[in-house]
Amino acid sequence: MLVVEGVTKIYPGRRGRPDVAALKGVSLTVGRRESVGLVGESGSGKTTLTRCILGLERPTAGRILVDGKDIATLPAAEMQRLRSRVQIVFQDPYASLNPRMTAHDIVAEPMIIHRDTLGLDARRRTDRVAELLDLVGLGAQHLHRYPHEFSGGQRQRIGIARALAVNPELIVLDEPTSALDVSVQAQVLNLLHDLQQRFSLGYLFISHDLGVIRYVCDRVSLIYRGEIVEEGPAEALFAGPRSEYGRMLLGAMPDPDPDRSPFR
Amino acid sequence: MSAVAGNIPSSAAAARLQNWRRGLYRFRQSWLSVVGLAIVVLLLVAAIAGPWLVPYPEHVAGGINTGARFKPPSAQHWFGTNELGQDVLSLVVAGSRVSLLAGLAVVTLAAIVGTVVGAVAGYVGRWVDEALMRFTDLMLTLPSLILAMAVAAALGPGIANMVFAIVLSWWPGFARLVRGEVMARKEEVYVQAARALGASAPRILFRHILPNIVSPIIVKASLDMGFAILTVASLGFVGIGVKPPTPEWGVLLSLARGYLPDYWWTAIFPGCAIFLAVFAFNLLGDGLRDVLDPRARR
Amino acid sequence: MALLEIDDLHLFMRSFEGEAHVLNGVDLAIDRGEIWGVVGETGCGKSLTGLSVSRLVATPPARYARGAVRFDGTDLLRLDEAAMRRLRGRRIGMIFQDPTTNLNPVFRIGEQMVDVALHADGADASVLGLPSGASRRARKAAARDLAIRMLDRVGIPDAAGRIDDYPHQFSGGMRQRVLIAMALIGRPDLLVADEPTTALDVSVQAQILRLIHDLVRQDGLGVMLITHNLGVVAQICSHVAVMYAGSIVERGPVRAVLKNPTHPYTRALIAAIPSAATARGTLKGLAGSVPNLIHAPQGCRFANRCDRALPACREGRPATVEPSPGHRVACNNPAGEAA
Repeated sequence: MLVVEGVTKIYPGRRGRPDVAALKGVSLTVGRRESVGLVGESGSGKTTLTRCILGLERPTAGRILVDGKDIATLPAAEMQRLRSRVQIVFQDPYASLNPRMTAHDIVAEPMIIHRDTLGLDARRRTDRVAELLDLVGLGAQHLHRYPHEFSGGQRQRIGIARALAVNPELIVLDEPTSALDVSVQAQVLNLLHDLQQRFSLGYLFISHDLGVIRYVCDRVSLIYRGEIVEEGPAEALFAGPRSEYGRMLLGAMPDPDPDRSPFR
Repeated sequence: MSAVAGNIPSSAAAARLQNWRRGLYRFRQSWLSVVGLAIVVLLLVAAIAGPWLVPYPEHVAGGINTGARFKPPSAQHWFGTNELGQDVLSLVVAGSRVSLLAGLAVVTLAAIVGTVVGAVAGYVGRWVDEALMRFTDLMLTLPSLILAMAVAAALGPGIANMVFAIVLSWWPGFARLVRGEVMARKEEVYVQAARALGASAPRILFRHILPNIVSPIIVKASLDMGFAILTVASLGFVGIGVKPPTPEWGVLLSLARGYLPDYWWTAIFPGCAIFLAVFAFNLLGDGLRDVLDPRARR
Repeated sequence: MALLEIDDLHLFMRSFEGEAHVLNGVDLAIDRGEIWGVVGETGCGKSLTGLSVSRLVATPPARYARGAVRFDGTDLLRLDEAAMRRLRGRRIGMIFQDPTTNLNPVFRIGEQMVDVALHADGADASVLGLPSGASRRARKAAARDLAIRMLDRVGIPDAAGRIDDYPHQFSGGMRQRVLIAMALIGRPDLLVADEPTTALDVSVQAQILRLIHDLVRQDGLGVMLITHNLGVVAQICSHVAVMYAGSIVERGPVRAVLKNPTHPYTRALIAAIPSAATARGTLKGLAGSVPNLIHAPQGCRFANRCDRALPACREGRPATVEPSPGHRVACNNPAGEAA
């Protein structure tokens, strides 16, 4: 469904500095109903890759295929249609919702932007918003509230509802729970799992929390300085990482069992 | 730290009401802004209802009373009378209308022009930004007083021409503010979210960026009101803005200039009015900043 | 007497909605050589507890209604501001979450550290170890030497060469090291670290935790480590205090608490962390929400979300049980081995 093939992104260096290669020949695939984890630290190129997949940036080399179509070669109208196939949930539920829009307007917006594809009028959009909010565990009483009136977990649910509004096949989850408390994170992770089962969604799950990745993902790619250094089934990675970087990450993962602390 | 679960409002209307009350609470935290608001309300009442409130409406209309020239403040004439025997209190109160209206016109027009220029420059960026901002800088370098004199010379004196001249030198401030705010909002995650959805540029600008920068514009407008009133008065004072007999604070002050220090009341009360207006709008602006942009506090 | 004793601390915070009872009788004692993890979720009062120790909570809008924060026997809440300032740079060190905003970008690292060292030396001349008549130049030179030694100690390679760099020339992890060096420059007895690794990558986090751990072993300082991450607590803390809605609900040696969690809230927190054995879709979240602290309920504040709540829980403060020495739980119906 999503195929990233040898994507390289080079930013020209400013004021005589050398060029910066943010991505060096990155490849990965996400299929239907599949969760693929992308793990990397700050500066690894995760964000650049996401921006390329969303069509916000153009790779210097390589191809990104959605449903078999290369997004770089598509005409604008076709691209607009394709955008509704791939959605994103952002990390920070406080920054990713426009503070001046109500929950209703936030969730309805993708349907307005893609009204040509979806063909929903205002009344049916409102019905759909209520349906979507219900799906993510919010009620009709929340429709006309503003983001600041919601807790972090509730905001992230609104972000998920917004992503679902245009019936996407693939959702990029950019650290969707790292700003949430663990008890709320658990609820959101379970919600994402339910939604995946119901709508056969593909997830590209970006996180630095290996515990969450292990819980959610079928396959995992480790990205380090713009390169995929390890790729494979999640169990295999956690059972025995093959790369140096994978071993280091697993070793640094804080385990909530005091007996497994490296300091004791 | 303030993540304390508050009272959850039960409906959209109740939620809006609570937001208003929360704003009012923040505003009241500073008694100075309450004082500012009170004075501004007083000035507005004077500006609107002045002609019906004043003790000597005929003086406002230009009537004179040569028998009562230069009377010091008394029970009949609280602020005394001027060289034409007109009641100074009546003139000062009536003058608020011209001053406030002119100030409001200046600030509103400057805010509109500045917002359009700043939003286009900040959103489009690149050479458009470069061109618009250099033009803005150019306008910023022209002193408003000299510009106003030039306009008065070219188009003739009058309130409308004066407002036009002041706006010419006033909008760049708004343009710079709005450009900076637009560029900052452009990087917000919710704007990127809209872009990822495929939202059009006008949609992003009008739906996601502009509603989020209304607050700083309002705050600046309120802070600017005082200075705009001061500028209008200055132009009236030097004789190229409002002309006598229209009662305007700068004009009143200018006419009284020749009679200081013996007939001090003819000058002191219009002067106080100008001071009070500038002071009040500044306090109000600071208070509004606390309400609309709580991050900027302290 | 412990190094730090927080005793029945009650803090109220005024806002538009009313006055919230944000710290509800916090009790905590930290001794030299102990690393206490203070854990809990957003709004539980863990940061306010830390800020109370360095007395950085603005009053008003906050108000201390009852209790004491005793440091070496002195109640900090009664100290005047000048005395408190002397303590802060010298005997109580602090580190905060975001290493980017806590360094002034326009001053070199060295200048900022020298300032801190001189301030600490002003409070206690033994910091630089110079005679009282030493010239300002001599003190500055000594402060600079000390700064280089501290940077070296927190693992900054080529400390002498990098002391004149600006903060932006350091990576996030290095900046956090600089802040730790700064906090340690006055040789404090107590370190308050509020989420010191939350903004960092896991590999850097591991390095910073090792650094704190080693410093405690060498200098025997007491640490209050405020975090939301039980993994971090399990790694380096000797003790843990679990906070919920302004109270410590369970505390004790880290093994006792994490291996035998007894308060229903602690158990829920641990259950919410995905482990290798958790099957997809079966992770347990915590339903409901924290009660409104403006009209806080009479009894146990967790009662509305607790599946073991008894009628008595909604009436008075819950009883304290002690499943093992030092492991204390404020619960009327504790789970685990204590039940």
